[in-house]
Parts: sequence; structure tokens; C-alpha cells
Amino acid sequence: MPEANATSSVSVTLTVNGTSHVLMLDPRSSLLDVLRDRLDLTGTKKGCDHGQCGACTVLIDGRRIVSCLTLAVTKDGARVTTVEGLAKNGTLHPLQQAFIDHDAFQCGYCTPGQLCSAAGLIAEGKAKTPDEIRELMSGNICRCGAYPNIVTAIQQAMRQS
Amino acid sequence: MINFQYSRANDVADAVRQITTSPSAKFIAGGTNLIDLMRMDVERPTKLIDVSKLPLDQVEETAGGGLRIGALVRNSDLAYHPLVQRRYPVLSSALLAGASQQLRNMASVGGNLLQRTRCAYFYDIATPCNKRQPRSGCGAIAGINRMNAILGTSDACIAVNPSDMCVALAVLEARVNVTGPRGERAIALADFHRLPGVTPERDTNLEADELITSVELPPQGFATNYTYLKIRDRLSYAFALVAVAVGLELDGNTIKEARFALGGVAHKPWRNTQTEAQLKGQPPSEAAFTQAADLVLRDAKGFGYNTFKIDLARRTIVRALSQAARATPQSQSDKKIL
Repeated sequence: MPEANATSSVSVTLTVNGTSHVLMLDPRSSLLDVLRDRLDLTGTKKGCDHGQCGACTVLIDGRRIVSCLTLAVTKDGARVTTVEGLAKNGTLHPLQQAFIDHDAFQCGYCTPGQLCSAAGLIAEGKAKTPDEIRELMSGNICRCGAYPNIVTAIQQAMRQS
Repeated sequence: MINFQYSRANDVADAVRQITTSPSAKFIAGGTNLIDLMRMDVERPTKLIDVSKLPLDQVEETAGGGLRIGALVRNSDLAYHPLVQRRYPVLSSALLAGASQQLRNMASVGGNLLQRTRCAYFYDIATPCNKRQPRSGCGAIAGINRMNAILGTSDACIAVNPSDMCVALAVLEARVNVTGPRGERAIALADFHRLPGVTPERDTNLEADELITSVELPPQGFATNYTYLKIRDRLSYAFALVAVAVGLELDGNTIKEARFALGGVAHKPWRNTQTEAQLKGQPPSEAAFTQAADLVLRDAKGFGYNTFKIDLARRTIVRALSQAARATPQSQSDKKIL
């Protein structure tokens, strides 16, 4: 992440996984870099850094976006949920449990993005069939090819929500 | 990415005032294209004026029976808007054929109109590109041009406009409302994007100090006989090799009105109103559709790697017109092309 300097830093308030942070940021900082490098929330992954792979997917005000193409300064006041914020009181989110139940990952690098994206997908309520799940999850690439199990895991979590 | 100043616009007038005083500034809304281009050093604005919080996020019915779509309406919100799904399903379908849900949740309507080409030579600053750097040459014409244009090209540029939304807006004959220091004006979608000619650095006829405030759709939505058929290398989350948006009005077995536009083949959504007029009064048939496709592609020109797109476009036009005539629009989820 570029070093902030006093002349160009911008004050930004972000509520991340329920905790409010006031940060002085270089306007160039992506939300992804702020999460990882300033807030030590390294669950969110940097894959391509061009909005093509989905590994950096987080929820902003409940909606999934790619944090690599989001300038943090443009999200002043936003509520951000990362993979670290999915579990509640030590209990895994139904999606996290379903990914374990169905072996929906191999190397795991895309998994935080897959989980946040799937949480957004379920909240949107537009996907009912496996075809629709596949289409609306197409922004998350898994180079290990765990796609069939990811779809099965999402179906399980959808039934529980 | 070079350093830049950042400021937030309080309202439309303030946004215009700010850009007027900083000619090398750019507006930022969703950022899905601009930030990527800045990271690649293709775009180097000295200042970003954040318009993302301006109150331009409404979809409203107009007095004339059309729809006014605020420039900051998110692509996903527009695609799923009940009025768009019911009255302008070709627009909804085109939006859902583009990008991924994450990007659609970020991308604004105004930003989609201003999307820049994905030509690999435009993105690669180590290669010449007349669009990125005027008079530096074109890497694509004799290069790897599989994704490039076959219609309306020039010796300077064979880039394509990457938008799906704009192809549907062309069929719907949308109007783009903009505000600048000289006041407000409306630009017909057909006149919004430009052909490359000798000035490929200019994608659109929007002036650098103007802000898109809304897009207006006329009442005619082609809600029964329409389709958006997008052919690409992957079934999802890929730019078009060829895309065709269609809107037909049928009177029994006679075409009363036909509109179709092509994406992925030119520097702008490609319409040929003369060909459309010739379909009028004919029964919808494969013969008529093939004739129309041949006419649209009469002047098409390939550059080697992309020459296959001429045949592909011909078949896609025929198939799309047939889908629309049968009222069996292309599904954007199961992807079976019927």
C-alpha cells in the first residue's frame, strides 16, 4: 500500500465486522489493502488485483463487491463484513460449515471470497437453481476446480437460511 | 498508480464546478474500470472527484410513459428493477450478461456508458495505441486482434466498446442526460459513442467537463419479442465476441418494427436502421433474417485473428432475431442457445 503523506491523507470511518475504525488514508489505498495491511484482517485475499478473480470479495452494507477495485476513501461511513465477520460467537456461519461438510475447497485461497460472495448471493435471493447459483457465482474463480462442491455447499446453506 | 487529489462533490453543480477548475480531474463513481486503468497507468488523473454519493440513484417513470434512470443506479439494481424486468427485459438481460454480480453491485449506469475498451494494446502501456496515446500507432491491427472490431474500424483503431448495457440501450433508443458548465443537454444513445476515425482517443461525445445525470428510456420496451444473445469464450463473466440485442413488434405473422444492435464488433453499439426498415412488413423467417444479417455485415472487415467474427456475427444475428420472433429470449442462467 502506498505510504500516506500528511498533505493528501483523507480521514475515513469504516465499521468492519462491527468495529468502528477512524483511519487517515492515502486516497490510492484500496479497501483490500486497508483491510489486510492496516486492520490486519488477512482473511480477505489478493488474487489478481484487477477485479477478475473475486478472491477479495467482501460485503459493503450487506452487498458483495470486490475490495481490490474499491478505493477505501469512497466508502466513508460504510459497514464492511469480511470473512472474519461471518462466524458469530464462535459458531461457524452456515456457509462455512457447508463448505467443510462438502469439501468445497482444496488450497483455500479463493475460499474467503467464495464465502462472502455466497453470503451476498443468499441475501440477494435471486438464485434458486444450480444453474442460477453457478451464473451468479461466476465472479469467483477457483483454480483448484472445487466448483461442483461449492455449488452443493451453497445449496445446503440456502436451505438453512 | 500515480498520486492524486481526492474530493467529494456535494451536488451536481458542485461536481461540474470542480471539474471545470481541474481539467485533468476525473469523476469517480463505481470505479470498476477507472481504478483498474489507473493501476495499469493507462489513466493518470491528477484528481478524482467522487460523485458516488450524489442523489442520482432513482428509477422513475416519466410523464411521457418512459423511464428515467439515475446515473448512479447500480447495474444490479437496474437489472432487477421490477419496471425494467417487466417493460424493458432486453435491458435487464443485457445487464445480467455483463461482468459478475460483485461488479454489477459496484458499477453505475453512467460509468457503464463510459467504459473504455478492453483491447489488450490499450491496456499495455509498453505497446503503441492511438487511443491511449494519439499518433503512437495501433498494436492491434497487425497484432493479436481476436477480440477486436469488424465494423466501423479506421486505420487508427480497431477497438470495440465492451458494454452489454449500451447494446440494449441502442435498441431502446435511450437518451443520455448530461450537465456541464454550459447547462444541461440530452444526447441520443446513437450519438453518444463515436467511431474511432482519426481521433480514437475520444470514445464518446460527452465533453470532459460534463457529468451524466440520467438515462431516459422511451415507452417502447419490446417486452414480448426481444432477446440479448451474447457469444463469448466462457459462458459467464467474459466480454462478448459478438452480442446481439433485438426488439421486435409483430402484428400476427408480420414484422411491424424491427430493431437490433450488435455488441463486441465495433467502437460503438452497431445499428443499421436501413436494414431494420427492410424487415418491416415481412414475415419473420430465417431467409429474411439471413438477408438482414448479410446486409449489416456487407462492409465488415476482419484483421486476421478476428475474421471469424464476421461469420459468427451473421449466425448470431439470425439466431437472435429468431429467438425474439419466437418470444423465447436467451436465458442468462442456463445459457442453452435455442
